Amino acid sequence: MRLLIKNGRVIDPSSGTDDTLDILLEKGKIVEVKARIENKEAKIIDASRLVVAPGFIDMHVHLRDPGQEEKETLATGSQAAAKGGFTSIACMPNTNPVNDNRGVTEYILSEAKKRAVVNVFPVAAITKGLRGEELTDMADLEEAGAVAFSDDGHPVGNSQTMRRALEYSKLLNTLIIDHCEDRSLSGEGVMNEGYYSYLFGLRGIPDSSEEIMVARDILLAQKAEARIHIAHLSVKGAVDLVKEAKKKKVKVTAEVTPHHLFLTDACLETYDTNLKVNPPLRSKEDTQALIQAIKEGVVDVFATDHAPHTADEKDVEFDIAPFGICGLETAVSLLLDKLVNKNVISLQRFIQMSSTTPALLLGLENKGKICPGADADLTILNLHKEIVVDVKAFKSKSRNNPFHGWKLRGAAVMTIVGGKIVSSS
Amino acid sequence: MVTFKHKHCLGIQDLSPAEITTVLQTAESFIEISTREVKKVPTLRGKTIINLFFEPSTRTRSSFELAAKRLSADIVNFNNQASSVIKGESFKDTILNLEAMNPDALIIRHPSSGAPHFATTFCRSHIINAGDGAHEHPTQALLDAFTIKQEKKNFQDLKVVIVGDILHSRVARSNIFLLRKMGSRVVCVGPPSLLPLEFRQFGVEIDFNFDRAIEGAEVIMMLRIQMERQEKNYFPSIREYRNLYSLTEKRFNRAKKNAIIMHPGPINRGVEISADLADSAKSVILKQVENGIAIRMAVLYLLLGGKEGEATD
Repeated sequence: MRLLIKNGRVIDPSSGTDDTLDILLEKGKIVEVKARIENKEAKIIDASRLVVAPGFIDMHVHLRDPGQEEKETLATGSQAAAKGGFTSIACMPNTNPVNDNRGVTEYILSEAKKRAVVNVFPVAAITKGLRGEELTDMADLEEAGAVAFSDDGHPVGNSQTMRRALEYSKLLNTLIIDHCEDRSLSGEGVMNEGYYSYLFGLRGIPDSSEEIMVARDILLAQKAEARIHIAHLSVKGAVDLVKEAKKKKVKVTAEVTPHHLFLTDACLETYDTNLKVNPPLRSKEDTQALIQAIKEGVVDVFATDHAPHTADEKDVEFDIAPFGICGLETAVSLLLDKLVNKNVISLQRFIQMSSTTPALLLGLENKGKICPGADADLTILNLHKEIVVDVKAFKSKSRNNPFHGWKLRGAAVMTIVGGKIVSSS
Repeated sequence: MVTFKHKHCLGIQDLSPAEITTVLQTAESFIEISTREVKKVPTLRGKTIINLFFEPSTRTRSSFELAAKRLSADIVNFNNQASSVIKGESFKDTILNLEAMNPDALIIRHPSSGAPHFATTFCRSHIINAGDGAHEHPTQALLDAFTIKQEKKNFQDLKVVIVGDILHSRVARSNIFLLRKMGSRVVCVGPPSLLPLEFRQFGVEIDFNFDRAIEGAEVIMMLRIQMERQEKNYFPSIREYRNLYSLTEKRFNRAKKNAIIMHPGPINRGVEISADLADSAKSVILKQVENGIAIRMAVLYLLLGGKEGEATD
């Protein structure tokens, strides 16, 4: 089956392309990209007035499969990704059992092949059982298909363990992703510490909890000359640390989520548990620093930290609700509306952070670009389409998303994975 | 009289100064009932109220119970030890089950901040916050205000010192919100670890030195110190806490001559306050407890829609 995408505005930051071009897809690959392609056998997609981008890659997703299929599965999570405009997702290892051995990585990959509609790339655990003690068999896991390593949600508290993981990662040239949180500081906190936590009487998580671990990781990565990727950057102080480290050529990269950009701790006035997330929603000043960091290139990628939870789990007192926002289906529209359409960042920068850079960080050689030979993964955007977020229409099995009812302009209207249309609206 | 247009009583933050005055005036008209031979008026006859306490409490629960009974409402007590909460039933399910019994109001005490607010999202009944986590305890602040008004007449420019574990105290928060709305000068005192500077944004002054802060104070409000705070290193020892923040005779002498001593209870005798002072004529601690009933009668009356003029019949 051939697909011919005609008259779209093709933007590929990896080559600097931004032009009206046709793209021919065949057997899962991009075979031709040029001004006018004619092909009688191909199914034609008219992309006039639409933007055609290399498939978006969300490198921080929780698919809950295996073990917590009541929240999400490889099937529903991947459908949510497709609807949200993502062609590839990297899934975190805090499943049950934990993805700390070849068996679980192979399960995820083989089940994804059968049930997922987008590409699923497992992130394996840094330590066995996410306990922060013994390293996993990283080479074996990489060979089985793990694209990166993280103890996400269970930060590696022991600095020596983190140091060894960073050193060992060089053997594989793989990426270590850290959820930066000093648990002795965050303690039993449930929201950002500051004026609003005192006002609402909720236990706080200080910004220093994140800053200390970001600083530590940067120092360890510098020492080991290894790569470190900071997950969901949320505070100004951590932005400053990453900025300084980049100046010193430390191999540090960072991601930011839409919820940390567009919501603040002041929103928790309602005690809505859909706003409970870790790291917590921070202050207005922090959100401004994050947006500045995007503009300056201090932050490298957008990621959702898609963290589905059932309605029953979230329908409880704020203190005991689980952390997490189900973000795959709102990220692209939020970023298009709030950043691109409001001219905060260029469309090219948005696409670079959503596709080009994540592909580079995860070592996905044939992804994140539009050129002959690349995988036929494409995200097609309509910058002007107006949508109203409706969690009831989610493909995800869960609904824990605080943007319900938001009116946004800009959306992913078609997602193509391996040359097949997996979502279209 | 300003009408009181709220379905729920969740916190002082939601009330205007005029509404606070309305509650205090309404309580004024109820205070005498508790001194009668027959301590009962028919005002809320036929109303059903449930006291829902997810945290241990004797004072507040009994106070609400007597307030309801003196207004002839039927009140049922539900406390967490005897409840199905320990059987794993969620807060929401517990409340939905109780609501199915058609109460008019639920009085909720809960260790999680915002729990009563959460309840309003799925309840038909009036919700009264009897203390939520470290957030608010509105009826405590109202009864404290009532007591202050009895003693001091005026809130404007009155120097009130609140001493102790401000960080974890819902009593402190509700009192801060109320006293600032009424124009008082509030100074918060405690060790820096229990008194974040951000509290200044609530319009209060912060002083870590009790001896200095108490000078010229007309109201001294002591808070209960929880012994478990010491285990988390908020302060080194009870001994050191007592040395720095206990209300002693010597410290009290630095306050204004007619100063009064308040405490929401239960008191740790000899820790945050010397036993002699707690029992002295300067202490209005038991007066607070007594006034609590009238304030809670007023809140129940204003929420459950007793008609005007019926209040003292």
